[in-house]
Amino acid sequence: MALLEVQDLEIAVRTKGKLLPVVQGVSFDVDDNETLGIVGESGCGKSLTALAIMGLLGGTTVRITGGNIRFDGMDLLTLSDGERRSIMGNRMAMIFQEPMTSLNPVYRIGDQIIENIRQHQKMTNAQARDRAVELLSLVRIPNPSERVDSFPHQMSGGQRQRVMIAMALSCDPKLLIADEPTTALDVTVQKEVLDLMADLQTRMGTAIVLISHDLGVISETCDKVAVMYRGRVVEAAATENLFTELAHPYTRGLLNSIPVVDSDVDWLEAIPGRVPTLEEELTGCAFHPRCALVTKLCATTVPQEIEYKPGHSVRCHFSGKVAP
Amino acid sequence: MLAYTAKRLLTLIPTLLAASILVFLFVHLIPGDPAAILLGDTATPEEVAQLSAEMGFDRPLYVQYFIWLGNVLQGDLGTSIFFRQPVLSVIGSGAETSILLASMTMIWIILIGLPIGILSATKQGTWIDQITSSGAMLAASIPTFWLGLYLIMIFSVTLGWFPSSGFPSLSDHGGITNLRYLLLPSLTLAAPNAALIVRLVRASMLDVSREDHVRTARAKGLHPTRVAIKHIFRNALIAVAAAFGFTFAALISEAVVTETVFSLPGIGRLVVQSILRRDYPVIQGVILVIVVLYMVVNLAVDLAYARLDPRVSLK
Ligand SMILES: Nc1ncnc2c1ncn2[C@@H]1O[C@H](COP(=O)(O)OP(=O)(O)O)[C@@H](O)[C@H]1O
Ligand SMILES: [Mg+2]
Repeated sequence: MALLEVQDLEIAVRTKGKLLPVVQGVSFDVDDNETLGIVGESGCGKSLTALAIMGLLGGTTVRITGGNIRFDGMDLLTLSDGERRSIMGNRMAMIFQEPMTSLNPVYRIGDQIIENIRQHQKMTNAQARDRAVELLSLVRIPNPSERVDSFPHQMSGGQRQRVMIAMALSCDPKLLIADEPTTALDVTVQKEVLDLMADLQTRMGTAIVLISHDLGVISETCDKVAVMYRGRVVEAAATENLFTELAHPYTRGLLNSIPVVDSDVDWLEAIPGRVPTLEEELTGCAFHPRCALVTKLCATTVPQEIEYKPGHSVRCHFSGKVAP
Repeated sequence: MLAYTAKRLLTLIPTLLAASILVFLFVHLIPGDPAAILLGDTATPEEVAQLSAEMGFDRPLYVQYFIWLGNVLQGDLGTSIFFRQPVLSVIGSGAETSILLASMTMIWIILIGLPIGILSATKQGTWIDQITSSGAMLAASIPTFWLGLYLIMIFSVTLGWFPSSGFPSLSDHGGITNLRYLLLPSLTLAAPNAALIVRLVRASMLDVSREDHVRTARAKGLHPTRVAIKHIFRNALIAVAAAFGFTFAALISEAVVTETVFSLPGIGRLVVQSILRRDYPVIQGVILVIVVLYMVVNLAVDLAYARLDPRVSLK
């Protein structure tokens, strides 16, 4: 049994009295020590999927309407609020896309880490503080015993994201969910943060769900990849297989839009058009209006998920026809 | 912090000087001979001429201003025409009532405004929120004099629980229990301002609750109450603290009405009576005291603001 099992997850958004599906039939597994990448353009439902797993969807406008999330043998969706909270920040932790605003501006970063530690572990404040300093040095913050007393506004975006990582790892989680952790950072800092995460993973054996809109980032760091488009997983495979046996035209498009180093053109052959909004009614395959291989069938019938190769699933009527 | 406070105090000086000029001109801007104004309608021309010479009204205006300012700086705010006493001691006699009234009111505003605001925000959209929000709307829109009269009718006349007027000093017979005289007035004065704080706390907490760091706090597995108080309310407090300065200004004008309705021997009622008696030196003195007080309160708000928000640099 995998550490995290998501099965047929359905999430709906309530707008103007109507329930619109935003995430539909999403399934994937993550094992201990494994990194799953979820990739897709902005608006495809990646963050909502992550928040649903973490238990942060709370609210009346966005709701889980179906499916199962199992973590470490527990059925997360049937737990009480209290039981759920005892997992959050403890055995499962999350870091977010916005390092500049994800820390509370009025508290010292050390106190924010200590709060997380003492929520889940019996420790005195002094012990938790020592642990916070240790964590800060683990995420390579220089001068950790001084920086522990800094306020967030005294740190750069990259440093704040390291603090978020330190906080997330403070209770040795089995699963770390990272929702676009480097998107808001400078390119050089991006690489440092990703390397740090990979390094910590090998040391601590944490499973990671890494969300990105950048297939380049995913390909370097993940064991396997789920490609999401408008609320569905359209292709999923082990990372090395995804690139050699690529089967969905959307994945092809994402791959083509990886910026090429040393090239005058930044974006080669990006996918034309944009992700349709929730309100736009769509029949058939959600990608068909933007697809080069579109036929009548695509416009009328939703493609079922098929096992394209062992361990490689895809949702496309013409999965064999995409050049890898 | 200390250096910052000193610096802020220095920046108050030009403002205070400007205010002092306006207050000084107050008597001189009223058309007519200032000596005649000060003495009132019944004065004879001889009395007017005598006072004019006494007060130096025949000298150039700027000379008069500097003499007046020099006196003010030495604590001499002039002499009340009605009481024939130094203005400062006339104001001082109303100070106990007004200070106690203001303190009790502030306590009510905090004790009522903050918890109900927090409750209203955390229960957003439920019937609790509906009741507290419409209650706050009502309390904010009731005129002070009307609420005061209403409370007197219920709690003094009908139930007989609290006295309806006056306030013997705490040093008089009854001692600390004399504070019961201030209960209804302070509640009257607190109601609209507490309502303002309720609405402000609610609105700022709802704003803050949408911020990213609140999601981080929830991701730590903290109990919702802890998230609401330690994270949402604590940040909302920054905006609320800023509003306390405005509340103080509103409080002063409402205190005038409240002290009159409850016949309290405070500075507010003194102002009303002094206006009716055309006791201009007293009015001048009270305005000066209020201006200084207002600046001190705003300085305190600024300092509190800097304490609450580490991003504010004290430079
Ligand atoms: N709280 C919300 N209320 C309404 N719509 C939302 C909300 N959160 C997300 N959505 C919508 O759901 C869709 C998926 O959002 P999201 O999961 O954030 O996408 P991604 O992370 O892939 O960019 C988007 O169209 C977004 O507009
Ligand atoms: Mg997102």
